[in-house]
Amino acid sequence: MSGDPIYTEMIIEYSRNPSNYGKLENPQVIRHDSNPLCGDSIDLYLNIDDKKITDVRFDGKGCAICMACSSVLTEMIKGKDLDYVKNFEKDELLSELGLEHLIKTSPVRIKCALLSLKALKYGIYSYFAEKMDDVESAGNLKDEAANLY
Amino acid sequence: MQVTSETFEDLRTDFPVLERKVRDGKDLVYFDNAATTQKPNQVIDAITNYYRNHNSNIHRAVHALAEESTEAFEMTRDKVAKFLNIQDRQEIVFVKGTTEAINLVAYAWGRENVNEGDIVVTTEYEHHSNIVPWQLLTQEKKAKLKYIDIDENGELILDQLDEYLETGKVKLVTFSHMSNVLGTITNTQQIISKCKNAGVKTLVDGAQSVPHMKVNLSTLDCDFFAFSAHKMLGPTGVGVLWAKKEILEKMQPFLGGGDMIREVHKYETTWNDLPYKFEAGTPNIADVIGFATAIEYLEKIGMENIRNHEVELTKYALEKMTKIKGITLYGTKDMERRGGVISFNFNDVHPHDVATIIDKEGVAIRSGHHCAQVLMEKLNVAATNRASFYIYNTKEEVDKLISSLEKVAKVFKL
Repeated sequence: MSGDPIYTEMIIEYSRNPSNYGKLENPQVIRHDSNPLCGDSIDLYLNIDDKKITDVRFDGKGCAICMACSSVLTEMIKGKDLDYVKNFEKDELLSELGLEHLIKTSPVRIKCALLSLKALKYGIYSYFAEKMDDVESAGNLKDEAANLY
Repeated sequence: MQVTSETFEDLRTDFPVLERKVRDGKDLVYFDNAATTQKPNQVIDAITNYYRNHNSNIHRAVHALAEESTEAFEMTRDKVAKFLNIQDRQEIVFVKGTTEAINLVAYAWGRENVNEGDIVVTTEYEHHSNIVPWQLLTQEKKAKLKYIDIDENGELILDQLDEYLETGKVKLVTFSHMSNVLGTITNTQQIISKCKNAGVKTLVDGAQSVPHMKVNLSTLDCDFFAFSAHKMLGPTGVGVLWAKKEILEKMQPFLGGGDMIREVHKYETTWNDLPYKFEAGTPNIADVIGFATAIEYLEKIGMENIRNHEVELTKYALEKMTKIKGITLYGTKDMERRGGVISFNFNDVHPHDVATIIDKEGVAIRSGHHCAQVLMEKLNVAATNRASFYIYNTKEEVDKLISSLEKVAKVFKL
């Protein structure tokens, strides 16, 4: 069906073949998150070295939107500095998949789209707090994660 | 009244919401009845009539409005008694809904009667509202919570109940009369008689059964029974806890405050008679009154006729859905053993994607874990789609569900 505002070729393709899907052995950060009302549930794994995301994977179960957004997010942050990840905004992720409209049109499905980003922000929040002792960044990340949707 | 398939078709006009269009002019096909049902004009009018003409607090003042309101409120209690064949109206407690009813039992009965080392038994196909209150209680009391598992047909494995009962430690067995996900009708009579032989109390969650079949509490003979008005044409915010009088009399109150009190002194209070001992605070008067009209509406059609209508629709839907390539249907095929609930998965498409796509065709189903995550774990799925039927649904609507699934197949290139 052409012209579907949500189920584009790209989203269907990612939902079938997600990127960076799987676990990491002994990652620096593991973060689980789920959407209690719809049942999307993922684990995000990060390897961080010298303030850089050296590797990232995710696994779990979710709808096509959740799988596509988690895939794209992991692609976008792999090899990037922690500062980039810290400042990464939800619009960057949504526009990559043409899903900006969800913010207005579907308050339910936006949760599917942003679950992995929430897990990421919470995951590096604990990293900033525990490993880097950067309380200010940690506090901001926690607030951002809590208010993402 | 003579009931035919036209009767069910005709009564659609009583439900104003069924006339509306959704998603760019599509007819609404409402298949989320296990979550809540739509309301007929009669119920809506009863509620507005109460607020327009009678509104008053109840059980206290002597003025005309208070008297009328009290009478209408208490008349609902009599209606519930007759509807479920309850001999003593004092055994009927109005609460917010099934969840509150179960919590009331867990708190007021459970805290007095469940102690360290005791066992509370529930089942794998319970709604969270019949799991979480018992987790809270058993954790607080250092008691144990045990589950009766389900077999591949979605039926309870009752041998496990025998094993639990043999320990002599079981205080309560609590289970749903009908599963909200699989539609399985529980072998309630058998469970209750096993428990009675062992001297164990039973709680039946009737949220999914009372709206869809004839329930007779005198012959069922459980100890506690809970259900909600909003799943049977009534308003939200009204439910019933029924319990045997001798049990209610021994129980401590759940909430303290107005209406549950006889006399309050500085340091002690005596409780009001049943059922008011458990109805603290101003109740949901308007909606309780609206609920009476919902019961009248259902009685007029007849619960046997409603059950037959749903069986016919479910059979029809299952027959069509079985033929769809890539569909997984959950629950038993035996219509004697299931209600009008169909949970399914469609190829590898996540239920939220299915529900979003068919919603664009106007078809409203539920997708998710249905507040039954323990069951989802057992079925090894994150979520399912669920279509659930009620009196106003038709075979034409089932056809729309089937054709909307074809859209899903197209979008996902199946």
